[in-house]
Amino acid sequence: MADRIKESWNSRIGVILAVSGSAVGLGNFLRFPGQVAEYGGGAFMLAYFVAFLLIGLPICWAEWAMGREGGLKGFNSAPSILAAITQRPGLRFVGIIAVVIPVVIYMYYVVIEAWCLAYATNYLFGDMRFNQTSEATEFFNNLIGASKDGSALGFDIKHVGVFFVAVFILNFVLIWRGISRGIELFCKYAMPTLLVVALIILVRVLTLGTPDTAHPDRTIGNGLGYMWNPSKQVLEVKDANGEWQQEREIVDAKNMQDAVALVADDEGKRLRQLTAFEQLSNPNLWLAAAGQIFFSLSVGFGVIITYSSYMKKKDDIVLSGLAAASANEFCEVAVGGLISIPAAVAFFGVSGLAGIGLSTFDIGFKALPMVFSQMPAGMLFGFLFFFLLFLAAVTSSLSMLQPGIAFLEESLNINRRQSVAILGFVVAMGSAYVLYFSADLKALDTLDFWVTNLLMVVLATAQVIIFAWVIGIEKGFEMAHAGAAIRIPKIFKFTMKYITPLLLIAILGCWFYSSVLGYSFDPGKPREYSSYVSDLFIKPNTIAWMAVGLIALTGLFIGLNLLPATHFKPTPPAKKGAKQ
Amino acid sequence: MNLSGWLVMLFSIGSVVSLFIWCIYKVLTIPKETEHVHGFEQEPPDMQ
Repeated sequence: MADRIKESWNSRIGVILAVSGSAVGLGNFLRFPGQVAEYGGGAFMLAYFVAFLLIGLPICWAEWAMGREGGLKGFNSAPSILAAITQRPGLRFVGIIAVVIPVVIYMYYVVIEAWCLAYATNYLFGDMRFNQTSEATEFFNNLIGASKDGSALGFDIKHVGVFFVAVFILNFVLIWRGISRGIELFCKYAMPTLLVVALIILVRVLTLGTPDTAHPDRTIGNGLGYMWNPSKQVLEVKDANGEWQQEREIVDAKNMQDAVALVADDEGKRLRQLTAFEQLSNPNLWLAAAGQIFFSLSVGFGVIITYSSYMKKKDDIVLSGLAAASANEFCEVAVGGLISIPAAVAFFGVSGLAGIGLSTFDIGFKALPMVFSQMPAGMLFGFLFFFLLFLAAVTSSLSMLQPGIAFLEESLNINRRQSVAILGFVVAMGSAYVLYFSADLKALDTLDFWVTNLLMVVLATAQVIIFAWVIGIEKGFEMAHAGAAIRIPKIFKFTMKYITPLLLIAILGCWFYSSVLGYSFDPGKPREYSSYVSDLFIKPNTIAWMAVGLIALTGLFIGLNLLPATHFKPTPPAKKGAKQ
Repeated sequence: MNLSGWLVMLFSIGSVVSLFIWCIYKVLTIPKETEHVHGFEQEPPDMQ
């Protein structure tokens, strides 16, 4: 390995833009606002920042440090890096997960990327003026083939097929060009463009005021309130069992007046204030906040460890890691947090938005197209928004390919072009499976659930334990601080050694308890298996099993091609008096 | 939006904007920028 000529980054700015490009994606502009609105607005933000400090940043720095150290030993793929820096060949098997995650996520992420390009193109050349939400939903369902397997494969402007081919080729052309001429060059232009486009849309959204004077309660101010108020006034209704269930949130004086009148007339309804403290006592809120930090910062993803392995001994990684994380947080909180939800509330009101839904796809591909339909110059802003999502998606998907390429180069001892060709074939097969089995997005959804909820948390936990306990926290900090422009505060030694691993284990436990075993944190709720578990074990579904099989096969392929353990045995010290 | 909502929003956005600006400032003002190994016009080593 040592005699192979290594690639490297061209500049510090370049690597920061590439890592932040990897982190900034659809999650910043669509998933984050949906999560904040769903889990208590301002209350969610407290849990979010705690997760950023106690989980996100520690794993981020650990990955940067271990990756760079592995790179210095001549390795660029996670299995080899973990084995080489710890001199424990068995840890190659943990590293398998760090290659499986980005490769499998790429298989479905590139399909979502194609949706974004399809929307941007349709805003330029097609008719995207929808009068009703059902029309926007129908357009989305037809484009992605949600009604029937294979129906997404049309090659016209209203189907995703042609866009899928275009984005797949674009990704592989860029990755073919290499680290500096492909990934870094693209991110150097794409990231500033993304930021400018995002700020243009932000200014437009914040100046919407009250778009429809017939609905004076539907304002940007109320949209911001729905998003950021830490305590909530909610209208609750009594269900058949006599339990109070939340119906909707009340965000303005007019709605409050109506709600008070409604409650006075009906004993089955009541108004209640949910305090920030009450919301923070919900374990689901903390799980959601930690999950958002994971997806958002791309930690436990296998990308940072590979990217940082292309850095040099004297390169700073502490400031670079923090800068990449801060760029991601800026895009997420300061931009993403002010666009989607406030705009949707300004046009449809809180109940209207609740009717459409708060999931990533509901907000992005159903609610926002309706907003752009009604907004002045909406077609232009629609194009800009989906072009922004497309750029964010490309910078992320590029990063998902590099760990696989580094692994193939290393384990099969082949050059970049050969490994790009092999990986291209593998992910093309996986993506074709996701694209074809499009009905109800079963394939995409199943892959996403098991990879992001299980594998990412397992990998992050393993990585932080390796950094703090196997390598040792003192040596780990020494590795991180080589060439560092700033120092990691000492408090993070304790955090990374005890708090982060414990929190990650707790998250994994809570996820298993609620999402796999089906128990609820709400004592009144009965046990109910999630559809993902049901699809595998209760009412077995072939497509779901194929998704799990695809993950397992990818892992098996990687496992069978690991470098032999002898590559990582410590060199015995030379005997005294022996010939040099 | 109520007063506490304004406070949470301003604190959240203020924090991430300040951190982002500070990081950009530090990255741009630290003199030892990584040396330019090769330009974009040049083939990466393993593709030559």
